[in-house]
Amino acid sequence: MRNFLSARAKAIPPSGIRKFFDLAVSMEGVISLGVGEPDFPTPWHICEASIYSIEQGGTSYTSNRGLLPLREALSVWLRQHYNLSYSADEEMIITTGVSEGLDIAVRAITDPGDEIIIAEPSYVSYSPCVTLAGGVPVPVQCREKDHFRVNPDSLMEKVTSRSKAVIINFPNNPTGAVMRKEHLSAIADIITDHDLLLISDEVYSELTYDGIHVSPASLDGMWERTITLNGFSKAYAMTGWRIGYFCAPPEICDAALKIHQYVMLCAPVMGQVAALEGLRRGEAEKDRMVQEYRVRRNVFVKGLNKIGLSCHLPEGAFYAFPSVEKSCLSDNEFAERLLTEEHVAVVPGSVLGRGGEDHCRCAYAVSRENLEEALTRMERFMHRI
Amino acid sequence: MDEKDLLLLRLLEENSRLSSEELGLMAELSTEEAGRRITSLEENRIIRRYTTIIDWERAADGGVAAVIELKVNPERDFGYDRIAERLANFPEVRALRLITGVYDLQLVVTGKTMQEVARFVSESIAPMDRIRETATHIVMKTYKENGQCFYEREAGERIPYSF
Repeated sequence: MRNFLSARAKAIPPSGIRKFFDLAVSMEGVISLGVGEPDFPTPWHICEASIYSIEQGGTSYTSNRGLLPLREALSVWLRQHYNLSYSADEEMIITTGVSEGLDIAVRAITDPGDEIIIAEPSYVSYSPCVTLAGGVPVPVQCREKDHFRVNPDSLMEKVTSRSKAVIINFPNNPTGAVMRKEHLSAIADIITDHDLLLISDEVYSELTYDGIHVSPASLDGMWERTITLNGFSKAYAMTGWRIGYFCAPPEICDAALKIHQYVMLCAPVMGQVAALEGLRRGEAEKDRMVQEYRVRRNVFVKGLNKIGLSCHLPEGAFYAFPSVEKSCLSDNEFAERLLTEEHVAVVPGSVLGRGGEDHCRCAYAVSRENLEEALTRMERFMHRI
Repeated sequence: MDEKDLLLLRLLEENSRLSSEELGLMAELSTEEAGRRITSLEENRIIRRYTTIIDWERAADGGVAAVIELKVNPERDFGYDRIAERLANFPEVRALRLITGVYDLQLVVTGKTMQEVARFVSESIAPMDRIRETATHIVMKTYKENGQCFYEREAGERIPYSF
């Protein structure tokens, strides 16, 4: 029989931590700092709104772009919060999570051989998405000395005549780094000068602890060349509902819409109804959760530094990204031994791209009790090795 | 009162055993500053006392609680205050509020047995001057108290890793 697999499917690597996953599932009493999702359940009023709409028969397809009231509410919300101007009719698509938004964004703009620059360390799907679209992922490393922000000089080094777009994600998974206005302006200049497009994944935007989130499309001259991706998963504790949104100028939005309508048709209606409720009445609950993450960040990062896992204070998201150098282990060994010996699950940084080596990602979206216990176990581990 | 004070109150309401050092770390304040703010909140009687939420049913104490509503004739010059203060003196009265609606005052009363609660209402409360009518509702089960759910919620399945 022939080998039916496509070259592209074969080209993308399997998950770097499959063995960890299997190991963790087989163990008792594991504290997982490996999950990139809130530990809070979705606020009850959001669930209730969705349940009610199902009872009322709200179980059908929506328009391809998504429920109009949701898009209209988002259009207003984005203007008020991030000074972004996207029309509900032409410049927005409700997607099945930001994951889908990323996929249709990349596919809408990538021709075979196009180079897409990806700020790393990063969420794991950027590079495979580019490969699947026939593009060439080009990592640009964000360094600890730059507080894991994109360094303009490093970015410049990666720009070639084949470069088409840059993918960034701030507040960042896995480092918790935030790009303030001055940092964004510096890379915006490069993007404009070289006629590139920016894909900005801002799913952690509401989890910005110091100052306010700056959305790159709000900078002068950037709206025309930015695809803004965001979603409800992190801020509203709605990961399982799978609701994100894609915003871009009409021409790009129309291209992405074609892909979206053929592969997804629409995002699930129950999730869209829930998202609208979150947007309308979820502010207080969201703020409460964000405040709690901030409290946990303060406690956890202090604890990490105390036990020798040096870590800068993350300004956003819910990840700490400490260096494991002092353990004299590689990040993979560190994560594996910490899991087998102390039953604490963390993600080795090297699976998250360039610049992740010798670090590990710890999600502090777990209860304070579990964070304390994880720190106790990690301290014991650091003393022993 | 500012944002930091509100955060300290929220943290203490959830766990009143946190030390000034822990609170300071959580709220991005020095230990001294956190301590000073808490002292001030205590002095201003915003923090009334440090207590514990106990699920007495679980503790198998077998106590009984009742919600009691009262219709009361208010007093000239004092309104409901004097009668409310008299009622509040009974240790059996765990909570007491002035409410809108058909009834005026609402009490939460606890006792060891149903008889004890019934006797307290009929002998101590109902005969008081100015109380026109009582309605006693025995608590059958407590689902939530002071913001704490008493039932076990089945946690959703959480995967150990995601990116």
